[in-house]
Amino acid sequence: MTAVASGRMVNSLTTGRLPRGSVWMLLIGSWVLLGLVFLFVQLSGATKSFNLVGAIFLGTVLFDVLIFVISLLVEGVRKAKDRLVTSLVATAFIVALLPLVSLLWTVVQHGLGRMIQPSFFSMSMRNVLDGSGGVVHALYGTLEITLATTIISVPIGLMTAIYLVEYGRGPLARAITFLVDVMTGIPSIVAGLFAFALFALLTGNPGFRSGFAGAVALSVLMIPVIVRSSEEMLKLVANELREAAFALGVPKWLTVLKVVLPTALPGIMTGITLAIARVIGETAPLLIASGYSDSVNFDLFSNRMMSLPVFVYTQYANQGSIAEFFTARSWAAALTLILIVMLLNLAARLVARIFSPKLGR
Amino acid sequence: MSTGTPRVIKARVRLGDRVFSTSTITAGSIIVAILAAVAIFLIAQSIPALVAKAGTLPNAASSFWDYVGPLAFGTVWAAFLALLMATPLSIGIALFISHYAPRRIAQVLGYIIDLLAAVPSVIFGLWGVSVLAPAVQPFYVWLNTSLHWFPLFGGDVSGTGRTILTVAIVLAVMVLPIMTAVCREIFLQTPRLHEEAALALGATRWEMIQMAVLPFARPGIVSAAMLGLGRALGETLAVAIVLSPALVVSFFLLTSQNPSTIAANIALQFSEASGVGVNALIASGLVLFVITFIINAIARAVVNRRRAFSGAN
Repeated sequence: MTAVASGRMVNSLTTGRLPRGSVWMLLIGSWVLLGLVFLFVQLSGATKSFNLVGAIFLGTVLFDVLIFVISLLVEGVRKAKDRLVTSLVATAFIVALLPLVSLLWTVVQHGLGRMIQPSFFSMSMRNVLDGSGGVVHALYGTLEITLATTIISVPIGLMTAIYLVEYGRGPLARAITFLVDVMTGIPSIVAGLFAFALFALLTGNPGFRSGFAGAVALSVLMIPVIVRSSEEMLKLVANELREAAFALGVPKWLTVLKVVLPTALPGIMTGITLAIARVIGETAPLLIASGYSDSVNFDLFSNRMMSLPVFVYTQYANQGSIAEFFTARSWAAALTLILIVMLLNLAARLVARIFSPKLGR
Repeated sequence: MSTGTPRVIKARVRLGDRVFSTSTITAGSIIVAILAAVAIFLIAQSIPALVAKAGTLPNAASSFWDYVGPLAFGTVWAAFLALLMATPLSIGIALFISHYAPRRIAQVLGYIIDLLAAVPSVIFGLWGVSVLAPAVQPFYVWLNTSLHWFPLFGGDVSGTGRTILTVAIVLAVMVLPIMTAVCREIFLQTPRLHEEAALALGATRWEMIQMAVLPFARPGIVSAAMLGLGRALGETLAVAIVLSPALVVSFFLLTSQNPSTIAANIALQFSEASGVGVNALIASGLVLFVITFIINAIARAVVNRRRAFSGAN
């Protein structure tokens, strides 16, 4: 590829290759360069603050170009293409990280100050006109609705998964598998419309909203998730365990209850926790089926019920005379919601990690 | 199970078995019933809008299809734009996790991408309107002035950045995790021998991916894209918060006159709707359901075809 320097001892294995570590130096170099550029832009007064996101993004793009050109000169076209793709793939990852970091940073920055004020977890929004007020009513609502959703969805979802894995043969099993797939694709707002239409017809009151209607809407979204994850976990249980139980004369239902389910339980628990984490952040169905209110409502079956995601939305969308109060509460509630969801995800991972080694070998 | 054969030893039917299997069948049937109920109630509530006379529908629409047309266009257009951005990105991220990153940190990187999926959509909406839109607005102005001849960048540029392109970016970020997860699964299933054969013949890593991984994974990538499309079509509040909507059908990306989406329109109009207006919203929800159903059916068909005819396994 490149001309070998004549008259000197050359290691034929390393010629025509970039020296080790040069890639990282190049990457850091490009970041520093673009950082300096943006620093000068800031010092010249064109932008108010240092644009870190822009510096990292453009620095990475500069690196992609540089590595291709340099590798093309030193290593030839095949290796250059390989290096280009490697850096592009890494760039894709960094590009995906930028919104995540930016979002988390924004929510913490805007929400933390308001969240740690004592009123936030001790007051509802009833008769609140100033900057105080809190999310108590929304927390109770989210807790009750999510609990009701879990109580509806877990038995149905788990039993269906058992049916599909242990009993299901023939057209009914095929129909259920297909319909679970269809259900997975239902847009969340359509689930909300369904619950609204159902309860409007049942009660004869087109303005009817309740926490339970919201729970029904969320169940439509949660059941297929639970069926899918539980099905996967039940399929993982070794057939030898079932056969051993049958050989000992254990009836089928006891085999499922005492052998199959306990073996698959950690995986099923993980699936359920992840499903709860997914459903707890759903806004659209609750906005339609449960409505929103300013006061605490413990009754799941009548009157509007507030929930945390709807609180985030309504505080942002229906701002009063002093907008900062409302946006501050909205961000604080958003931070609370993210914390809850992340905790649930962490719990799911922990359950999976602590119990999973018992599966398999 | 094998009741068809003549000489079968019949097990004693126990009460526990009977009760247990019946209750699992009941649970399965409940799912069938729920879906039937979803279809029936949506259709029943939609009929008044479908037969409504001109003048009774919102937005002064002459018929229901006239009402839902621009919304359906906006839904598909925004989701399509999101997919255009998310597909190459998610393929890249999935490749990075499956074939480039060191084994030890690959799983952690996967968790980090999954964290994106954990963020509720309403928070993406808040972020989109308060961080992303102001950040990209100067860029939009630049695009509009320097590339005005390009059809998509025409029109009067928005002063807030709350355009359909911003919505598409937010949607792309939101569908990234699911698409990445599916692509990653497929990439990891590439037959190890194919990869090693390519490397042994002297291929670079990229050539190996080109020759062994991508051909194997193509149907999986298509179905990942379809799944992402399904998600993007049904996304509600992120769109409702970020977009500044108007009653138009336009391909311009940077103006403040954007076509709204079905889901966002329902969320924004529902609390004030009454009479036929409610029915029209429910009917538009039905249209959205049908669109996502078709998309998901295509995705499933692609995946199943691969399972049947793949020579690799």
